[in-house]
Parts: sequence; C-alpha cells; structure tokens
Amino acid sequence: MISFIIRRVLLVIPTFVAIAFLTFVAIRLVPGDPVEARTGERGISPERLAYFRHELGLDQPVWKQFLDYLWQIAHGDFGTSISTQTPILTEFTTLFPATLELATCAMLFATILGIPAGVIAATRRGTFVDYTLMGAALTGFSMPIFWWGLLLILFFSVDLGLTPVSGRIDLLYYFEPVTGFMLIDSWLSGEEGAFASAVSHLILPTIVLGTIPLATIARMTRSAMLEILGEDYVRTARAKGLSPFRVVGIHALRNALIPVVTVIGLQVGALMAGAVLTEYIFSWPGIGSWLIESIQRRDYPVLQGGILLVSGIVILINIFVDLLYGVLNPRIRHAR
Amino acid sequence: MPAERTAAIAAPKAPPGPFASFFRDFSENRAALVGLILLGLLVFIAIFANLLAPYSPIEQFREFTRIPPAWVEGGNRAFLLGTDEIGRDMLSRLIFGARLSLFIGLSVVVASMAVGIVLGLVAAFAPGWPSIVIMRAMDVILSVPSLLLAIVIVAIIGPSLTNTIVAITVVYLPYYVRLVRASALQEKTRDYVTAARVGGAGTLRIMFRTVLPNCMAPIIVQAALTISNAILEAAALGFLGLGAQPPSPEWGAMLASAREFLQSAPWIVTEPGLAILITVLAINLVGDGLRDALDPKMRRS
Repeated sequence: MISFIIRRVLLVIPTFVAIAFLTFVAIRLVPGDPVEARTGERGISPERLAYFRHELGLDQPVWKQFLDYLWQIAHGDFGTSISTQTPILTEFTTLFPATLELATCAMLFATILGIPAGVIAATRRGTFVDYTLMGAALTGFSMPIFWWGLLLILFFSVDLGLTPVSGRIDLLYYFEPVTGFMLIDSWLSGEEGAFASAVSHLILPTIVLGTIPLATIARMTRSAMLEILGEDYVRTARAKGLSPFRVVGIHALRNALIPVVTVIGLQVGALMAGAVLTEYIFSWPGIGSWLIESIQRRDYPVLQGGILLVSGIVILINIFVDLLYGVLNPRIRHAR
Repeated sequence: MPAERTAAIAAPKAPPGPFASFFRDFSENRAALVGLILLGLLVFIAIFANLLAPYSPIEQFREFTRIPPAWVEGGNRAFLLGTDEIGRDMLSRLIFGARLSLFIGLSVVVASMAVGIVLGLVAAFAPGWPSIVIMRAMDVILSVPSLLLAIVIVAIIGPSLTNTIVAITVVYLPYYVRLVRASALQEKTRDYVTAARVGGAGTLRIMFRTVLPNCMAPIIVQAALTISNAILEAAALGFLGLGAQPPSPEWGAMLASAREFLQSAPWIVTEPGLAILITVLAINLVGDGLRDALDPKMRRS
C-alpha cells in the first residue's frame, strides 16, 4: 500500500512539470510584447526595453527561463499579478476558501439528495416515480448551468425577493476572516443576522453548482443499485426474511456506494469548471471569478499561475480519491 | 407482450442482422425515440434555417426593441418569440443559433474522434516511447478542468467560433485516445487479429480495418456524449464572452448580452437557454438509448 502511494505521488511530478511547461509556452504564444504588457507602456525606448528584458529574465535562453520558472515554483513563487502587484500565491490562498466553501456545499447538496433519489428510483424501477426522478436527473444533467443560475435569480431574487443576487454576505457586516469560510466566520463573529445573511447568499450558488453532480450521482446510484439488487446475496438476504429497508439500506447500498464514491471523486474537476460559471453569475469572490477577471484584464501571469495551482489541487484530490477507493474496496487493495 | 412472443415462436425467422437488432433495441426505448425525433427536428431546422427564419438573424428593427412574445400582452404577431434589446427577431436568431450549435457539436466530435482514433491506435500498436508520450500528454490535458482548459486555449488564440471548436476538441481528445487504446489493446490479442497477421496484413491494415471496427461501439456512445457536452461548453464560452462573438446568434452569446435585461425583458434570457436545454436533452436521450442498445449487459435487463 505504501509503495503504491509513493509511486502514485511521484507520477504527479512529471504531470505537474508538463502543465507548467504548457502554460509557460502558452503565455509566450500570446500576441503582444511581454514587456509592454507588463509595464503598460507603448513605444518604449530601446534602453528601457533592454533594462526590463534583463529585469524580467527575458534576455536569457528559453530553456534557462523555463528552469528558472520551475525553480521559482518549487520555492512557492508563482509570479506576481500585473494589475494588483500582489504575489499570485497570496491572491490564490485568499480567494480559494470562497471556492472551497461553495464547492463543498454543492457537493453535500448533490450527495445528500442524489443518493436517496437513485435508491428510490432503483427500488421502484419502471414506475412513475422512477421515470419522474430519472427524467429530472437527465434534465439536470443536460442543464446549461449559467442559464439555470439566471433563471433561479429571476424567480427567487427578482420575483420573490427571497435571496440576494451576488456576493457572499451583506455589506452591512464586517469582521476579520478567521477561517476564510463565510459560514463559520459569520457564526464566530456573533453579529446578529450575519450567519443568516451568509446562508442566504450561499443557497442559490450551491443549487446551481450542485445540479450537475446531483444528476450524475442520482443516475450512477440507480444503475449501481440495479446491478447489486440482482445479486445472489441480496436474494439470500431477502429470503431469510430481512426487512426490505435492511436489505436495501445495509446489504445493497453499501456495495452500490463504491462506484458512486468514484463518481463523486471524478466530479472534482467538473466542479472547478462549474465554479467558474457559478462564481461569474453570482459575483462570488472565488478562484473562478479571479481567473475570468484575469483574462479580461489580460493579466496573463495570474492565468498562468492560477491554472497551475488549480490543476495541482485537482490532481492531489484525485490521488486522495484513488487512495480512498482502495480503502473502501478491499478487492482493489489486494489486487495491487 | 404475450401475443408478440407467441407470434415469434410460431414464425421463426432468420436471426436479425446486427443493425436490425440494434434498431429494435433502440426503438423499444421510448425516451430515446422521443430524443431522436426532437433531434431530427432540430437538424431539419438547422439545415433549412434560411428558409424557415422569418428575418435575418442580425437585422435590427429599431422601432421594435424588446417586444415580448406574441402571446404576452404587448406582443406583436410579426415577432412570434419577441425581439431582443436592439430589435432583432428572437425566433430567427434561435433558428440560426440551432445551426451554429449543431455545427459546433458535430465539428468537435468529428475532429476529436478522428485525431483520437489515430493517436489511440498508435498508442496501442507502438508500445515504448510513442505510447508513453501520447498517454502522458493525455494525462496532462485531463488534469486541467475541462472548461478551464478551453478558457485558457481561447484566451491565448483569441475568442471566435473556430477557436471555440479547436479548444473544445482538445478538451475531449483524451477520452477518445484512452477509449480507443484500451479496446484496441484488448482486441489486439484476439485470434482473428493473429489470423489477419498470418494472412499477411500490414500493421496499418490491422489497425484500421481489422481492429478499429470492433472498437466502435463505445466510441459511438462517447460521440453522443461529446456532442451534447461540446454544445454546452461552447455555449458557456459564448456566455463568458470567450466564444462566438456578437452579433453571431450563438445561444450562449445571446445570453451574455441579455443578462442585464433579466428583469425588464426576461424572454431574451429564457428563450436561448431553453433552446440549449432542449437540444442537449434530445442528444442525451439518444445517447442513453445508444448506450443501452449497444451494451449487451444492459440489453433486456
């Protein structure tokens, strides 16, 4: 098991270097002179150009520039934002909790509703309930979530006036971030109404980001359950007179959950992609909005560093899911 | 059902061919059939867009801005689905948008499938460094979240319809490469491949004529999934202002400019999104039907 973990982690390094290489090359393909882009000056004099080229290391051979870049990354230096002059890693760590909070809530929402929906559809296979649930799941699966977000805003915020349209909390409240998670921080602040405000800001983004995972989990749970319910040991459990609830809930569901956990793990990448759209719609101050803004401002170092950091996190989470899978499923563990 | 069964017993026929049995399985799935009809309708609309659309998608009727759909108070019969913020006919834009969306979906599938099949077969038949290089490269593509990768590619090569297609093709490439390689590796060890080799077939012939046709079933299912996802991602890029550019009637781009009219003219927002949803749903229904019909494990279960 330990050698498996080590091997799996070591394999990440070449992938990570390759992503760094691709972003490094990609940034150099962007039309326009990097010095002009960074200094914001046009028609720069040759002396100043030479000075900046030296300052930015652009007079070095390209391979040397790349090695220097890797060296910087290895020391936690992902570059500096052009527009704010803040280190990219600092910006990332400030904004990441917002995305993490949203993604966690969306995943909880999807799992808590998706697994029961799948189980109910599987046990009532071929009935009206099954068709309704699976029809809804396929609709959710096909949903353009940016439009879904606008519809929810139209209905809940504009027509009913129930939820706020953007941000993480009312501007009324201000407190120093402790954990970076608005739900926890607003609770800790003890200010009256702060927690409720944070919750109401979180509801619509959670639904929007959670819709596709919810549909995927429901569909996956149903098909896994259908497969398991046909197994001999389920028939045995039924035959020895166990209650249907026990058969489905204990005997079948536990085994059906193995593929479902994998699917939940695989959603991490999709969740980051969905977060970009969700954050953009709800002006949620997270990594997604940050990356879109960096494109609009042509702040390419942010784009470069941001993509690298996001990919790194997705890769690490995928490894974690792989390991968790080994723990959950003894067959996999022993096969290795 | 019982009547059918006795009829089948009474008149034994020759076993149906693979296509006939596939179609029987597919058409038994009523949802898939509905999807197919919807999709057929959308393809029809897309092909004959210039005959069906009452106006040009970019013609501006300056005196008729933000007219609601005809059945709403204040609507105008001349503009069935209303007009947008600068007086363009929504129906005509949606009809031409169908052409764009289906074109994007189809282009992405054809491109990623063609390149994916070649790379996947090479990875399966050329062990050693070609295989390693290809598969590692695919790992790298897969480790960047799909929409983010498309966004980065478009940010670098510039936002346009063609670049949207290029970017989404790159995003979906790894799925085909992995799928083709895995099934080709499995098929490669079968007796019929050895027989073909003994019969003197060259590697290229074995790759494309002997092995590839036997790997097609999962590839076709993946293709259906790719079309619907490609349409969704192209619309997402359009919505973020990184895809098709105005005045193009691409559905996502239509939503991008409509955001500020959410309150005053909601139909500008609801209609393009509904068009995306219906199209993607139809394709997914067909895709589910294809998967069930092509996967022998799911058949009649």
